[in-house]
Amino acid sequence: MTVIQKKSDNPIDHLSAEDVELLGKQLDAIRQSVLDDRGESDARYIRTVIDVHRKLELGSRAVLLASGFPPAWVLGTIGLSVAKILENMEIGHNILHGQWDWMRDPKIHSTTWEWDMASPAAQWKHSHNQLHHTYTNVIGKDNDLGYGIMRVDEDQKWVPAYLLQPVWSFINACFFEYGIAAYDLELGKVIAKGQTKDPEFRRRAKEVLRKIGRQVRKDYVVHPLLSGPNFVPTLAANFVANVVRNLWSNSVILCGHFPEGVETFEKRSIDGETKGEWYVRQMLGSANISGSKAMHLMTGNLSHQIEHHLFPDLPSNRYAEIAPKVKALFEEYGLNYHEAPLPQQVYSAWHKIFRLSLPNGWLDNTTPKNLPSQLVKLWKMSTGSKTTRRQLLQAEAA
Amino acid sequence: MTVMQPSPSSTRPRLTALRDRVLRLAELATTPLLPQDYLDMVDPLRSGAALRGRIEAVHRETRDAATVVIRPGRDWQPHVPGQYVRIGIDVDGVRQWRAYSITSVLGRADGCFTITVKAIPDGKVSNQLVHRTEPGTIVQLDQATGEFVLPRRTPDKALFVTAGSGITPVMGILRNLADDVATDVVLVHSAPTADDVIFGAELRELAATGRIRLVEQHTDTDGMLDAASIAALVPDLAERATWACGPLPMLEALEQYWADAGVADQLYTERFRPAIVAGDGEGGTVTFTENGTTLEADGSTPILDAAEDAGVLMPSGCRMGICFGCVLPLREGAVRDLRTGEVTTAVPGDGVLVQTCVSAAAGACAIDH
Repeated sequence: MTVIQKKSDNPIDHLSAEDVELLGKQLDAIRQSVLDDRGESDARYIRTVIDVHRKLELGSRAVLLASGFPPAWVLGTIGLSVAKILENMEIGHNILHGQWDWMRDPKIHSTTWEWDMASPAAQWKHSHNQLHHTYTNVIGKDNDLGYGIMRVDEDQKWVPAYLLQPVWSFINACFFEYGIAAYDLELGKVIAKGQTKDPEFRRRAKEVLRKIGRQVRKDYVVHPLLSGPNFVPTLAANFVANVVRNLWSNSVILCGHFPEGVETFEKRSIDGETKGEWYVRQMLGSANISGSKAMHLMTGNLSHQIEHHLFPDLPSNRYAEIAPKVKALFEEYGLNYHEAPLPQQVYSAWHKIFRLSLPNGWLDNTTPKNLPSQLVKLWKMSTGSKTTRRQLLQAEAA
Repeated sequence: MTVMQPSPSSTRPRLTALRDRVLRLAELATTPLLPQDYLDMVDPLRSGAALRGRIEAVHRETRDAATVVIRPGRDWQPHVPGQYVRIGIDVDGVRQWRAYSITSVLGRADGCFTITVKAIPDGKVSNQLVHRTEPGTIVQLDQATGEFVLPRRTPDKALFVTAGSGITPVMGILRNLADDVATDVVLVHSAPTADDVIFGAELRELAATGRIRLVEQHTDTDGMLDAASIAALVPDLAERATWACGPLPMLEALEQYWADAGVADQLYTERFRPAIVAGDGEGGTVTFTENGTTLEADGSTPILDAAEDAGVLMPSGCRMGICFGCVLPLREGAVRDLRTGEVTTAVPGDGVLVQTCVSAAAGACAIDH
């Protein structure tokens, strides 16, 4: 993959400026059609999901009080995992996007909501809503691309440390909520710049630690203690549920922007970007997951990542209904509507993580037959002098 | 053995303190939710919850008015007859707050109170309440409030001048007049036709038993009553304490007449909607400094409405410029008071407080919220 502007077969070359503006207007019209009949049934939908989540979470935690009994452990852990996924994806993420602010219910509002997640809502809203959604897939601007720790593009220089990228990525996926918290704090940047003493950073870090403290106390102290003799199995159940939720949300998010074929953009390209151009970037920078209604619900409707990125503040229950109209526009303008089932998208994203952890071209050039010689080459690339590495890398990419 | 009966006033705070402590402890297990969020699923009307009510019944009064019976949450405090209550109800999924006069007698056996609502053309909330509300609906409430009440010592002679749904606070007062209070009451009420008189049968019954003197003006056939004709109908007007509730032009005419007669201090009025001066204001960009929202508002839309339409959660109250529940600091810029046309300006540091429900942007302004 490479930024769209450097591609020989740039997929938006055939669009004129007028096309793009017209496309923008058509998308605006789709958005307006939802705003026009947004109402009681939508409100009922989100309240029902919230109600189901609360009952499921409470019920699962109650079942886990008897977690010493294996079937109770299994049932409770599954229930709690599902509850935590619902809470983060369909409820938390979408409320924090302001998708339900129009109801004017102070209890279900982006400015008052807090979620079951290491990152405090306010900090996440800044990095996610303002940075990621504005600068989607712009290299160097959208930190969601690799969360600042990964090589996500052929144009990023390869260094041997990237060989560990798949391992890091998997650990990050297991403890995703903490990764997000660190990322919302811009921890990497702050440490690199030696700004850890900055009072504003300290204040925000304290907020995160307080939030993490409350979360950890609930899952790993209070709930296990309430289980009495079943302290350890309940603690384990909470740990498993958190990891399941983390792996799941990480997978869904990887599927949204990381599968092969999703475009990235140059920093320069968004200077003076029009609304229509912004729409096009969102269209090509996102990928959907096809699947059942249950799949859409469990991904917080991020299975409709394209629709979500076009209209981040429309109620999530409406994405499915506008998806065919959006898809028709892709066809009309000759653009690729990136959509595939979950396993395929997850595979594609991880394949890319592996591929980019290796020098450009290495994976493509490697066959079972030449594997030994390729490994020797990789060893030399990783341990040789800078000059050797440069020469070998150039030869490999050629 | 003597059993000391603890007085409720001393146990209540202790119980409340205990309950709060238990809830704080329970929060350790429910964070980031509150234990109250779970309790709300079971008992939204419990003590300690945000004040809510459940609509128990809707009784038709006239073709476009209905009385809504509401069971308030357990923290509800009894109202004073004549007061209104603010109700937040979801219409098309959007929470809307309106103020309605309470019309029921105090201390109903079923613990409910009633409001009586007239559906006004294009009225979102009034039409919902009169025509479409199902029993069982949960509404948000504030405690009853308002100054449109009888003084502690009931006057010997009282005059009520009402029109349309303006009868509702007065009915709230009349129904609660103790039988042993011998106040001489005159009620002058205007409505389009006899059938449009809300509480028509009950009022005529009160008149028939001699409890009140009732003057009905049916404006479709008889035309409007002006202040002078009221004075003619009630010759001892100057001796009476007067309460008036109805459309704005009527109230303004009465205020003028009473002022001219030198008895302005004997007239109490209740406005249902803010008296908005047609704005020639230019509007402008409104910025909410804390939540970061920026919006374009025209010169005739209250900032409160414009902000709510943009999805900002705003403090609000009566929405007619009297309760000061919506007041926010104007950091800088200019706003126009929609009732008087007066422009208020502020520079950083002033922190002038403005009522957002009756103020529109008069140029760019920044509000701390």
